[in-house]
Amino acid sequence: MTGEIVVPVVGLSALLPALVVVGAGGLVLLLDLLPPRASKAHLGTVALAGLVAALLVTVSRWGTDDRAFRDMVLLDNYALFFDVVICYAAALVVMLSMDYVGREGGESGEYYALVLFSTTGMLLLASAGDLIVVFLALELMSLSLYVLAGFFKTRLVSGEASMKYFLLGAFASSFLLYGIAMLYGATGSTNLDRIAGSPAARDGDPLYLVGLALLLVGFGFKISTVPFHMWAPDVYEGAPTSVTALIATGSKAAAFAALIRVLVVALRGLQPDWTALLWSLAVVTMTLGNLAALAQSNLKRMLAYSSIAHVGYMLVGLVAGGASGAGAVLFYLLAYTFTTIGAFGVLALCQRAGEEAVEVSEYAGLARRNPVLAATLALFLLSLIGIPPLAGFVAKFYLFGAAVRGGHVWLAVIAVLNSAVAAYYYLRVLVYMYMREPEAGGAGYVPSFAGGLALAIALIGVVALGVMPAPFADLAQGAVTPLLR
Amino acid sequence: MTVGLVTVVTFLPAAGAVAVALLPRHRADRLKGVGLAVALLTFAASLPLWFGFDPALPGIQFEELARWMPTLGAGYHVGVDGISLLLVLLTTFLTPIALASAWHAIEDRTKEFVITMLLLETGMLGVFVALDLFLFFVFWEAMLIPMYFVIGVWGGANRVYAAVKFVLYTMVGSALMLVAILALYVQHGAATGAYTFDLPTIARWVIPAGPGQTLMFLAFALAFAIKVPLFPFHTWLPDAHVEAPTAGSVILAGVLLKMGTYGFLRFCLPLFPEASLAFAPLVFALAVIGILYGAWVSTVQPDLKKLVAYSSVAHLGFVMLGLFTLTTQGLVGGLIQMVNHGLSTGALFLMVGMIYERRHTRLIADFGGLWAVIPAFSALFLVVVLSSLALPGLNGFVGEFLVLLGAFQVSRPLAVLATSGIIFAAVYLLWMYQRVIFGPLRHEANRRLADLTPREWAVLVPVLVFIVWIGVSPSTFTRRTEASIAALLAQVESKARVALVR
Repeated sequence: MTGEIVVPVVGLSALLPALVVVGAGGLVLLLDLLPPRASKAHLGTVALAGLVAALLVTVSRWGTDDRAFRDMVLLDNYALFFDVVICYAAALVVMLSMDYVGREGGESGEYYALVLFSTTGMLLLASAGDLIVVFLALELMSLSLYVLAGFFKTRLVSGEASMKYFLLGAFASSFLLYGIAMLYGATGSTNLDRIAGSPAARDGDPLYLVGLALLLVGFGFKISTVPFHMWAPDVYEGAPTSVTALIATGSKAAAFAALIRVLVVALRGLQPDWTALLWSLAVVTMTLGNLAALAQSNLKRMLAYSSIAHVGYMLVGLVAGGASGAGAVLFYLLAYTFTTIGAFGVLALCQRAGEEAVEVSEYAGLARRNPVLAATLALFLLSLIGIPPLAGFVAKFYLFGAAVRGGHVWLAVIAVLNSAVAAYYYLRVLVYMYMREPEAGGAGYVPSFAGGLALAIALIGVVALGVMPAPFADLAQGAVTPLLR
Repeated sequence: MTVGLVTVVTFLPAAGAVAVALLPRHRADRLKGVGLAVALLTFAASLPLWFGFDPALPGIQFEELARWMPTLGAGYHVGVDGISLLLVLLTTFLTPIALASAWHAIEDRTKEFVITMLLLETGMLGVFVALDLFLFFVFWEAMLIPMYFVIGVWGGANRVYAAVKFVLYTMVGSALMLVAILALYVQHGAATGAYTFDLPTIARWVIPAGPGQTLMFLAFALAFAIKVPLFPFHTWLPDAHVEAPTAGSVILAGVLLKMGTYGFLRFCLPLFPEASLAFAPLVFALAVIGILYGAWVSTVQPDLKKLVAYSSVAHLGFVMLGLFTLTTQGLVGGLIQMVNHGLSTGALFLMVGMIYERRHTRLIADFGGLWAVIPAFSALFLVVVLSSLALPGLNGFVGEFLVLLGAFQVSRPLAVLATSGIIFAAVYLLWMYQRVIFGPLRHEANRRLADLTPREWAVLVPVLVFIVWIGVSPSTFTRRTEASIAALLAQVESKARVALVR
């Protein structure tokens, strides 16, 4: 007997993007303690550098297939695709935050650190090959976001948003955990591949079905499908706009990443069951989201309901199934992320009399006061409607194309009619910006170099994805192949 | 890939829009000048399409094909044939006229106006030259937004309502067309193994008859019928026309409505021949209802612009009647009638706009006795009115005569009813002309009206030249369309026969 302790070889390379981001988060916390105390703007730069580094790492690892911790963490093309989306989203959010958070009074090291920690959670979620990792990553992401939602401590709405988000989020997490427990009970494993291969999966064990249902409820909360969407409008409205952008894009993309992997890998035996379930979820989600958005005058609430509707569209892709369906969802998430961050970004850069401008009436005549900013917001909204040649159009085209190809013509019909309804509320913003005379003291642009740059990047993304979608669509298609082996 | 002539013509206005965007906004005249120069340059660039076009060939000419989205099967495929050639030229011809007509009418946000009009031109040209379903849909949808801005920003008092109504109507129609395009793509791919949006490729394939073809036809037809607009989908049109600025009305009537009829000709007939034949009686009936209804409603309009707007419903009824006769005369007549309507109704809107700029009213009751005050305007207005009511020797007669010739071969009773539409057109147009131009001068404000300015002469004379030219020598124009029309009809017939044999 040798007294040596055998250290297991742990390949950390599969965790590299997440490690870079978490490292940057730690660095931000450390630097926060050092002078200068007055301004924390440099911490934003550090956070941004960390995210850009993670992005570069991700891009450099494209095509490799890394696994760690007995397949608990997978860094395949699928995870890498989502890592790119998440890092982009987080980087743009950090850029938008640099002036916004300082102006609204609350810039501190914790803010950037929490953004980075939640990003770490998102990255892990995309790489999760095991339900335990799904849960851990989801909690890491969510807990950071709960705090961020309430970051404007002096504002009642911000606190309310944080509280609601936390309570309902915790509720959802318990559903998810319960579902994981059921699946573990039915199959004896939490690993996605082994769940798929277990006898219970083939027999349609009731425990297994209950587990699937609970899991869908938990994910439904996170991606805000109807009827689990109630938190979204309040949280989107109350949270700092930059955080709203992160919740609407990064966290949604990450939750979708995990949901798709769980459904397509672990639960592929139950595909007819979850397809039927998602069919109705998709219809209800997009229809209710759009109808509710019609009635909103607060832009943040309107975008909240619109993002619910967009989740409905993405579920159409999941229902369509197959490589084309999943690939279309990935492309949609990419387009949606660029567009939504851009739209929220414009809101973050507009204020009226020292207050955030969020009412649509405050944007009356914006095209006269600031034509460039109005045109930018108009392009983001047109992309959300799905007007060519912008990203949103091509994304919808892929999505509905996959649905028709999968034989779900009526679902596609419902979805396109929904898009036509949605046009009304997006166009209403354009009506205010272009066709109404400016009110005294309407919303105005607050100059911000980083924020302006973020908008420019998002805008380039929206146009590039719309005009030259082929390379990006091929990447999305390539990213889903590891799932469908 | 070398850039071909069609691409140059299509994207020259968009490039011009970018150039205008970079100019400073305070010098409005220079912005308008650059915009007009770009539009004129586009017209000049499109002339080689006309002169280089070989009328003997039925197929696509000036064809360009480039890879765009290979995994999806969508390519950049453009070109013109005898059907689209006239409409491309109509577009490049009318856009500079519309821009020039807005020289004084648009003083607010000139820069945005010029940019919007140029982008609109690229969208319209794209619709006519696209030979790929995906590319076609991109242009079809993209062109909505500039028109929405033209109506909504520079329109009249109720402009926002009209603009939103215009967009939502069109969007619901095109949403279903999108699903039909996807269904066609999937069915074609499943049947032949080639997943592609390429129109000529898909058009060679014979779609099995049945509910699938019927539904796809209906989805396409709904999108186009709203655009035409075919009765009873016309209710957006009067609002849009009345609220739009003159330049917007000219483009709307002159080109946008033609996109609907062009869609029927380019997509519905060759792709869904059996469904087209099956629904032809219905379209026929709706077209005749539109002709009569449009004429009757026009008669009682107190507002000049609304009168012209409803007359469009009647005129487009003739076009639809012609197309669905599926005879050579009917199709050629329908096509030439599209051009005629663009010229005559465009000119009517221009002249209503000119008189509105002077008097700030469009009510017929506010005029009367103008002949004595502004004789040149009145004379030109008479020519345009006569062309619109199809007086022989002017352009309108040629189109309507050919359409009715085709219609008589198909259904005599309906053709008789449609012919009565010509009489009603004479009623509402001549009665309107009489009340506006003749009679005593009732309003003092009319006494001081100024006659046509040199700019207005320059805007109107080119249109009048073509009104007379098409009327006197129609074969110059029909000659280039006949081969393509004959090929289209042969394709429809052979497909219908193949389906019959099955």
